[in-house]
Amino acid sequence: MIKYCIKRILLIIPILMGITLIVLIFIDIAPGDPARMMLGNEATEEEVQALREELGLNDPFVVRYFRFLGNAVRGDFGKSYMNNRPVADEILQRFKYTLIISVLSVSLAVIIGIPLGVYAATHQYSWKDNAAIALSLFFISMPAFWFALILVQLFSIRFKILPPAGIESWKGWVMPTVSLALGYIALITRQMRSNMLEVIRQDYIITARAKGQTERKVLYRHALKNAIIPIVLIIGTLFGMSLGGAMIAEIIYSVPGLGSYMLSGLTSRDYPVILACSFFMSTIFSIVILLIDLAFAFIDPRIRSQYVRRRRKTAEEA
Amino acid sequence: MKMDASKESKRRSGLGEVWHRLKKNKAAVVSLFILLFLFIVAIFAPYIAPYPYDKEDFSQSFAGPSREHLLGTDRLGRDVLSRLIYGSRQSLQIGLYSTILAALAGIIIGSIAGYYGGWVDNALMRFLDIYQGIPMFLLCVTLAAVLGPSLRNAIIAIGISSVSGYARLMRASILTVREMEYIEAAKAINASNARIIRKHVIPNAISPLIVSITMSMGNSVLAGAGLSFIGLGVQPPIPEWGAMISDARAFLRGHGTLALYPGICVMITVLAFNLLGDGLRDALDPRLKN
Repeated sequence: MIKYCIKRILLIIPILMGITLIVLIFIDIAPGDPARMMLGNEATEEEVQALREELGLNDPFVVRYFRFLGNAVRGDFGKSYMNNRPVADEILQRFKYTLIISVLSVSLAVIIGIPLGVYAATHQYSWKDNAAIALSLFFISMPAFWFALILVQLFSIRFKILPPAGIESWKGWVMPTVSLALGYIALITRQMRSNMLEVIRQDYIITARAKGQTERKVLYRHALKNAIIPIVLIIGTLFGMSLGGAMIAEIIYSVPGLGSYMLSGLTSRDYPVILACSFFMSTIFSIVILLIDLAFAFIDPRIRSQYVRRRRKTAEEA
Repeated sequence: MKMDASKESKRRSGLGEVWHRLKKNKAAVVSLFILLFLFIVAIFAPYIAPYPYDKEDFSQSFAGPSREHLLGTDRLGRDVLSRLIYGSRQSLQIGLYSTILAALAGIIIGSIAGYYGGWVDNALMRFLDIYQGIPMFLLCVTLAAVLGPSLRNAIIAIGISSVSGYARLMRASILTVREMEYIEAAKAINASNARIIRKHVIPNAISPLIVSITMSMGNSVLAGAGLSFIGLGVQPPIPEWGAMISDARAFLRGHGTLALYPGICVMITVLAFNLLGDGLRDALDPRLKN
């Protein structure tokens, strides 16, 4: 088990190296020259070339790749082309906003989605179940940014109870979180409902009922425990989605987070910003996925035993 | 009762059987008609729309609903209904083409990994691990930005960022199907490899794929609207639903309905794709239904 954990943790390194490679390739094939953009159209070709040389843009691909990785390991992501500030400082400053939005919205989705899914499943085909299913379908099909604007229209313009932008007080967090969470609540509700329905038909539930267990205990001790496990995996995916989704919420509600930083980097061809932001967000995402994988292995004895067996097998092969 | 059903199904071809089961699902049928309607509207937009999408009339800016302009006009006095009708073209194109692109690439990668196994499988799967380490919307935005904002590049960006799901799905289906008893049975009666692949592997591996293609068309429409909303998708003056919401953002105070209509269009389209996908899943795999 420990061996598996270490192996899984070490796997992050090649993944991050690969992600950096992919992003660098994207940047490389992109049309547009950041040196030209910084100097404007009046600059001569010599000036542009000199700046390219200074920024290290003329170096071979491999050199740039390993230089970025080497610096990144030491926490140095270079300076922004636009305002010459160290990118690492800016990221650290902005990251907490994105993280708060992501964590809050995913937590909200879990807290509301799981009970709702269980309720829908235990009342299958009742009007409450139908309503839950129909509503969650609506929320999944709705563009989050559109819903975000409707929230502004309702709560800031019509009722004037929440600020339309900014996060000076706790009230400012409500709309970014809710607009992002709604789709996730719907996703978890649907998933939880179908997991629960599947589990309820299993033989061990019949066994539990046959031995005279109370319905309450059958549901919450036997069924829920098994139905909730796949949800843990979805939380990781949702977290990844929320990092991207937070970008839109940050733009609409003018939250100074990572997403809006990355977007400004992308539109102004600020390569250090793009590279650092994607590197940073992918690192966080990979760590979350790692934690969930490990948690998964710990909570589910069936999976735990798989790893033990697999390890024995590989030992035999060796 | 059961006997009747099996007798009945024998007379129908595979596709007919699926259609027969799909017909019973009212929501799926309605969705199918909505989608057909949307495609017709998109194809014949110039004949249906009352005005050209870029006809400006400053004397009429922000006009309310009237007989001339059923849904009113926007800031530049352009007819909102006409722009919504033309906008369906971009959204449906993004949904359709990016999904086809992603599905084709994913099917090829997944099939190769599933069939060959061994180091090929391993290498491809590790590559997908890396690929999925980048949050999807982030990848999409990055690609759209570096390629330059346009309809074609939005399609490419969305397509590329959703390849891995298909690849994994295809690989998983091929792996499960390969282990099935009916494959063993077919082998036992000395069926050729080609026959096994054609008659057993593909039909059984393809149905989850069809469902996922339908559903992800909806998601692609959403992603396309999102890209246009942040200015990395379809560029003005060409109307696109996401871009129209973005335009309306500045006028939420006073002209909130301008943002409302395009959002409803996106939602109906995505909802139709999702409901059809749900219906297809039940129709293609009767085992899943109760």
